[in-house]
Amino acid sequence: MHLDLVGASENQQGEKLLSTGIEVKNLTKKFHKEILYQNFSLSMPGGQFTSIFGPNGCGKSTLLSMISGLIPFDSGEVYFGGKPLSETKIGYVFQNYRDALFPWLRASDNITYPLSRAGLSKVQRKLKLEELVHRFGVKFDLKRYPYELSGGQQQLVSIMRALATGPEVLFLDEPFSALDYEATLSIIEKLQEVFISSGVTMVMISHNLEEAIYLSNNIVLLTKRPTHVAEIISFDISHPRTVKTLSDPRFIDTKSYSLDIFRREVNK
Amino acid sequence: MILKISSKMNNEALASFLIANVGTLIVIIAWWIVASLELINPVLLPTPIETFKSLFVSLFRGDLIKDFWLTLYRSLYAFAIAVVVGVPIGILLGSNQKVYRSFEFLIDFFRSTPATAMFPLFLVIFGIGDFSKIAVAAFAGALVVFFNVAYGVMNTKKTRVMAAKAMGIPSWKIFVDVTFLETLPQTFIGLRTSISLTLVVIIVAEMFIGSTHGMGQRIIDSQQVFDMPQMYASIIATGVMGYALNQIFLIIEDKFVHWKGR
Ligand SMILES: Nc1ncnc2c1ncn2[C@@H]1O[C@H](COP(=O)(O)OP(=O)(O)OP(=O)(O)O)[C@@H](O)[C@H]1O
Ligand SMILES: [Mg+2]
Repeated sequence: MHLDLVGASENQQGEKLLSTGIEVKNLTKKFHKEILYQNFSLSMPGGQFTSIFGPNGCGKSTLLSMISGLIPFDSGEVYFGGKPLSETKIGYVFQNYRDALFPWLRASDNITYPLSRAGLSKVQRKLKLEELVHRFGVKFDLKRYPYELSGGQQQLVSIMRALATGPEVLFLDEPFSALDYEATLSIIEKLQEVFISSGVTMVMISHNLEEAIYLSNNIVLLTKRPTHVAEIISFDISHPRTVKTLSDPRFIDTKSYSLDIFRREVNK
Repeated sequence: MILKISSKMNNEALASFLIANVGTLIVIIAWWIVASLELINPVLLPTPIETFKSLFVSLFRGDLIKDFWLTLYRSLYAFAIAVVVGVPIGILLGSNQKVYRSFEFLIDFFRSTPATAMFPLFLVIFGIGDFSKIAVAAFAGALVVFFNVAYGVMNTKKTRVMAAKAMGIPSWKIFVDVTFLETLPQTFIGLRTSISLTLVVIIVAEMFIGSTHGMGQRIIDSQQVFDMPQMYASIIATGVMGYALNQIFLIIEDKFVHWKGR
């Protein structure tokens, strides 16, 4: 099997970007003797958008947390373009933006917080912030505190914060599930724009197949516990995708095929 | 826009101020009626006028101010010790669940023991000087601070710590930047409770441990010579102190923990 670990993608300017793929090897994780993952392996190509889809409680969040080093695992290895996590910059977006943003900091300071930690000067941070504001087309006042913003705005701030340091990989754990329909649509488009313009490898957990397929190059379908990969489906219509994509026969086929596998796995 | 909001807020503040004071006025008037009609023995309940007169006289001519400051000084001294001791221990035990659990029984035991029961012990250790009173109050206050800080640390939202971890922030810095701030709302509850408690303990100590001055002694002294207006005046002055301390803490809290409850 050929693994596209260091994939190359093109950004809008046509520059070639080297992107970081993710390789998970023989991962094992138990909770109180109960096996969640045993010898779980998965590779996610660099510069692509990968969605993870699976039954409730099969361990999607746990998987992402383990890959990003947020929680430990019992055995196994994780590499980012051949490097360990310690040499890799990652961004992480949580489902509950309310619990993930720092309410004592203004939105703008939330976004630049990882930069100040990285030792950037005030001027550099300001420039970076302006760049992000421009890239995301932010219209609301970033001098506000997170609790003064709407859910969609807060999640946008979370995504900007996760991207501030220019990570090689962006992880998103159900980023839309706490948002209303309108906010979801808007953030999906922003995410797609950033994905296209930056070529950052993105991995998203989703419980909505349509959203997942709309954004993804690959959809990883997981089984019930003990969890393994049921199938990886690729969907290679080029980005940007539009409303038309939703009615494209390939989209509809991919969706029904994914759903079939999902049903089969859930009812096993 | 901003002006409009602030004038609206002023109106609201005024309204709530009025509401609060109407209640107070009603009670004072009721007091005045009861005292004037001598429904209660006037030796026990002087009229508000006598009481406030006594308050003003001792404020401007007597030594109430001196007693007031002394009690305030002792309470703040005890509170300062409580903070210096309680916050670090709270952080330490709160961030180490195993250690906390092994001390849990002791913690609950001392939290349920009235601090005033410790007076004799502290008198033996620190002598009958000023410091033994301060030490008991500090002990009581430190327990409250410690408990609230530990509780706050233990109940921090894991997500924010995880978010910082994902950014590659070293754990000591996560503690300073995230956990500590996350603990602030609960810490402030502890501080506010603690300052009230140290005042209570100081007043009781002043009453019953051979004391030189202080509001507690002043209250008990005026009671012994049946100077009821002076006794009520001193109680009111002490109440003002407690109320002011609490209000000051609320203001500081609103400023520093603006995200509280949001
Ligand atoms: N800290 C923990 N201790 C014990 N069990 C845990 C812990 N964290 C997760 N689990 C269990 O591991 C399983 C996977 O949890 P996880 O949150 O990763 O699932 P998920 O696929 O993200 O679920 P959802 O679809 O609800 O988001 C669940 O059964 C959960 O109960
Ligand atoms: Mg989950």
